[in-house]
Amino acid sequence: MITRINLVLLILLVACALSVVTSQHRARKTFMELVRQQDIADAHEVEFDRLRLEQRTWAMHSRIEKVARINLKMQAPEATRIRILNFPSRP
Amino acid sequence: MNYSARNPALSLKLEGWRSRLLLVLVCLGFVALAARAAYLQGIRHDFLQQKGEARYSRVIELPANRGIVFDRHGEALAISTPMESVWASPPDAILSGTQLGKLAKILRVEKSEISERLGDKARGFVYLKRQVSPDLAAAVTALNLPGVFLRREYKRYYPAGEVMAHVLGFTGIDDTGQEGLEFAYQDSLAGLPGAKRVIKDRAGHIVEDVESIRLPQDGKPLTLSIDSKIQYLAYRELRDAVKANRAKAGSIVVLDVRTGEVVALASLPDYNPNNRAGVKPAQTRNRPVVDMFEPGSTLKPFTIAAALEAGKITPSTIISTAPGSLKIGGRTIHDAHPQGAITVAQVIQKSSNVGSAKIALSLPAEAMWDMFNDVGFGALPHSGLPGESTGKLRPFKTWRPIEQATMSYGHGISVSLLQLARAYVAFASGGEIRPITMLKSEAAIEGERIISERTARAITDMLEMAVQPGGTAPKAQVSGYRVAGKTGTAHKQIGGRYAPDVYVSSFVGFAPVSAPRFVIAVMIDEPSAGQYYGGTVAAPVFSKVMGDALRSQGVVPDAPLKEWSDPMFSAPEVKEEA
Repeated sequence: MITRINLVLLILLVACALSVVTSQHRARKTFMELVRQQDIADAHEVEFDRLRLEQRTWAMHSRIEKVARINLKMQAPEATRIRILNFPSRP
Repeated sequence: MNYSARNPALSLKLEGWRSRLLLVLVCLGFVALAARAAYLQGIRHDFLQQKGEARYSRVIELPANRGIVFDRHGEALAISTPMESVWASPPDAILSGTQLGKLAKILRVEKSEISERLGDKARGFVYLKRQVSPDLAAAVTALNLPGVFLRREYKRYYPAGEVMAHVLGFTGIDDTGQEGLEFAYQDSLAGLPGAKRVIKDRAGHIVEDVESIRLPQDGKPLTLSIDSKIQYLAYRELRDAVKANRAKAGSIVVLDVRTGEVVALASLPDYNPNNRAGVKPAQTRNRPVVDMFEPGSTLKPFTIAAALEAGKITPSTIISTAPGSLKIGGRTIHDAHPQGAITVAQVIQKSSNVGSAKIALSLPAEAMWDMFNDVGFGALPHSGLPGESTGKLRPFKTWRPIEQATMSYGHGISVSLLQLARAYVAFASGGEIRPITMLKSEAAIEGERIISERTARAITDMLEMAVQPGGTAPKAQVSGYRVAGKTGTAHKQIGGRYAPDVYVSSFVGFAPVSAPRFVIAVMIDEPSAGQYYGGTVAAPVFSKVMGDALRSQGVVPDAPLKEWSDPMFSAPEVKEEA
């Protein structure tokens, strides 16, 4: 009787031990996947910041002014050529 | 039965205690082993497990991203981008000559410098090169060198460059703020680094990620009250004026009258925050906030306001400024262009020193001090920028009459340009002064009334006269908008004496007069191209920035539009007293 209980307990013990190992393995695998995805998200964020920086650099006021004045030969209108229209103020 | 009887060799009679002793010793040995095992497995278990893990498991830091700084319209002004720093562990980094050569070529560092750094075997960590671009870092990784690693660091970029340099400041190589708002808001911008546990092999490569200990918390973004467009206009006009007048330095402040927000703030000489090699402290100084100067005549309106509030005078009271000089306690105050009998309004319009001194002396010192104190002179403006100057306003009990007289026109008192601009908000807003801020305000900030609306209106009328033909600053006029403002031309103190030919030229004003939107204060330090009057040097900067700023905000004009060739703009300005 005692031997049989011991046998059952032994099987249970081995099963538990194995499941601990598997779940730990799975946890690690999931974590690795998480890290990989985080790295991808990180790379996207880096790319976004870089693009944002590039956009700001292209849109620098001094550059726009230079392009408008020199390349496109634009100029600010004379004060008398400006007409200001009054619209009823929006709600 | 008796062995010893048969075999003489065994006949030796051993004493019984010897075998027993041996047994006991062997048993004791086992007990010791069991005890040691129990000690190691039981009591010391955690410690040893930890030591074992430490051989291969490492906690590595995950850097947090520094918050982005935006302007009021959401344009990014400061962004962090990741860079890799190449470092090595000298005991592990055993490189062949060709490997060394390749590494040196990629990093653009002398080969000898790398081998010298790697030669210091006592150290476990040396930088080979900090902050290299991700492309170069990938090339280093591709070499697959033992004991050479990368470390992620962030470099801060400022797309606006010089234009925004003094407002934003900059960060050091460790990504901590050193100047400007980067320094002031270091804690909220920085974020918290995270950590994770990994398994590393002997060469230090990460074999496996084990667990996350703490996620990195990115820094909070910061949204400023600065309008990049107005900031650029202000910077450009100031730069041009400093260049044209061959001035030593210059500052400009643009405040929103309705909210007390700083819309633009620029300082010259400047520097490029993206490349600070060889930058001198004179370039990084945020002059409108840090420097104090004797404001000169721009202070007269506050003297007049104090006298109006005290009921001593009205705008039409006649003041006799003849004969153009006034003797007080052994010293004489001069008007270079004696005006005779003029009204209080004309004292501002013509900027008469004698007139303002006479008005000041009709007041108790305390009333003048109260006015200066109420508008914020002698106290920190609390803009949030580091290194603010309080200026210098001495207690009224120590004032002698001559000092009270000179202070009425801005000598013997020092203010920062930011304080001066903020003080003018009192006139522009109809008598209220607001706390100023560098951050975009969501809700309207409560103002504090310091002068009556009537006084503010009267001063505004006088300031409007000062920029019209017959005043000191017709060049401050803006086509399409009514403008009010005051010039200042002050001799600079050098070594405790007023230098005869070194000046500080300034102009402070606001527009449109019917519903003021911006206060702009301009200061040009030591103009040396011949012109030095505030009305000639500083007022044109004000006019251009104000005009462009109002038009860019779509502010409805309250005056007819005029050509620049209109005589209104070319009227000769009245030379004010320095």
